[in-house]
Amino acid sequence: MSPIDRGFAAVVYGGSVLFALLIVGLFVELVLGSWPSLKAFGPSFIWHSAWDPVANKFGALPMIYGTVVTSLIAIVLAAFVGIMAAVFLADFAPRWIATPLSFLIELLAAVPSVVYGLWGLFVLAPLVRTAIGPALQHVLGWTPLFSGPIYGVGLLTGGIILALMIVPTVTAISREVIAAIPRDLREASMALGSTHWETATRVVLPAARIGIFGACVLGLGRALGETIAVTMVIGNRPEISASLFAPSYTLASVIANEFTEATTSLYISALIELGLILFLVSIVVNALARLMIWRVRGSRA
Amino acid sequence: MTAAPPTIAPAGGALATDDLSAYYGTLEAVGNVSIAFRRKSVTALIGPSGCGKTTLLRCLNRLHELTFDACVSGRVLLEDCDIYEWGMDPMAIRRRIGMVFQRPNPFPTLSILDNAVACGGRRLNRRAKIEVAERALRAAALWDEVKDKLTRSPLQLSGGQQQRLCIARAVAAEPEVLLMDEPTASLDPIATAVIEELMARLAERFTIVAVTHNMQQAARVSDVTAFMLADADGTGRLIEVDDTAKLFTKPSDPRTEDYITGRFG
Ligand SMILES: Nc1ncnc2c1ncn2[C@@H]1O[C@H](COP(=O)(O)OP(=O)(O)O)[C@@H](O)[C@H]1O
Ligand SMILES: [Mg+2]
Repeated sequence: MSPIDRGFAAVVYGGSVLFALLIVGLFVELVLGSWPSLKAFGPSFIWHSAWDPVANKFGALPMIYGTVVTSLIAIVLAAFVGIMAAVFLADFAPRWIATPLSFLIELLAAVPSVVYGLWGLFVLAPLVRTAIGPALQHVLGWTPLFSGPIYGVGLLTGGIILALMIVPTVTAISREVIAAIPRDLREASMALGSTHWETATRVVLPAARIGIFGACVLGLGRALGETIAVTMVIGNRPEISASLFAPSYTLASVIANEFTEATTSLYISALIELGLILFLVSIVVNALARLMIWRVRGSRA
Repeated sequence: MTAAPPTIAPAGGALATDDLSAYYGTLEAVGNVSIAFRRKSVTALIGPSGCGKTTLLRCLNRLHELTFDACVSGRVLLEDCDIYEWGMDPMAIRRRIGMVFQRPNPFPTLSILDNAVACGGRRLNRRAKIEVAERALRAAALWDEVKDKLTRSPLQLSGGQQQRLCIARAVAAEPEVLLMDEPTASLDPIATAVIEELMARLAERFTIVAVTHNMQQAARVSDVTAFMLADADGTGRLIEVDDTAKLFTKPSDPRTEDYITGRFG
């Protein structure tokens, strides 16, 4: 190896080690910060549902629940809308529509989340209270998911806001993945007498599924950690209720909301432990997704 | 389509073009081609690269119109019926005219079995599927090689096997005509020989139009050869059509002679 090659290798190697160290360091820091809480509550922190700073009782379950439910709502909505939009943009829309529309969608990804939050608070929340909520309740009110009073702010509103925020990511990546599917494959399908729609759903989407899955995971990752917009529309109440109309809390939003007012060291460390949980969940979600992608690839190679 | 189509190909397969021109935007890639393909025979389309062979072929099953900004004028007659006539269903036309592409393109997410019955196979139960697939795969001389791995991915097959799977996929739809665009261009000589042999057998059941820029191949596999050449504007013209033996020994056009003796192209 020439000295330059060696230098380059050293930089690359050093860089990756640095990244690994950064992640480990972050983990250690989080564990140290949450030590008082870890010692006081042990693993039961995860499944206790009381969050009462005045009584010094802390349990993470309501926030874990709120995070999981809002993220699930978001990813289900965003995957559906985003994949449909991507198919439309890549395979159906004429160029003069597809190009500006793709550009606009990619711009949407650059809107700061606090703007989404404001819009959610002033437009979406009233809409959920007066129109979307009552309509859903009218049709699906018999299920616990859609029963109870409709406040406007709550799990559903948080989920919808998150969906809006990750739809551009899901759409943009899915569109690229779909556009990269060879023309040959589409034509093989068309030449067999399939319609455009059959070609898109039976040939193109299956062939692009790994990349689309990746797009959704990326969206999910963003939804799990998204803070400010959700904080503005989730209702900020550490409770677990079956109804999607009920106010709730997420891991990220409780940290953002309460860190400045946390007075006791136990309170602070409980918040840091929430951060630790969020960190671990994010890593596990990404690792699982990657594992699945590898397995899908492996079975095809 | 019935669940169990007849093994003996139905009559039909009379295919002809009448003053057919094809355009990409303002480029006229194929100009005023009139040719009647011989039924249940192999017609080879030869000519130098870029002379419009692929374009002509793709007009015959209405695939050309899927390209951005592409259009067609003139007529293509399948059994005396113009496939471009207003109200004709392109999907139905494409089921009557199968196509095999230059590069093998099996559906990567479907099994070998599902590839073979990709056209209309979803409505069949497993036994009927295997029945249809076996018939198609036997017709494509692939059955013995894949019968024990029907549920595997087609990507595990060799290039030649993949191409025969694509032939089976087209044949399973029981078309009348089979279009092949340089079906052996990406294959090694042994795989090529297998497919050439196969083409002769398939010609008993289908009218075959095969593009090739390999003249030896045209001479080996075809009954009739059509020679195309692009004019000064880049428009592909049909120069000469004749029995293959005649065209390669006594061409009537000097340009054909130049081409087959290797003076250009
Ligand atoms: N999708 C396309 N858009 C524009 N022009 C094309 C396209 N495909 C082919 N052409 C042009 O049409 C002419 C004929 O091409 P083609 O039919 O592919 O020739 P061949 O198959 O004989 O090599 C060429 O000049 C080529 O550049
Ligand atoms: Mg070609």
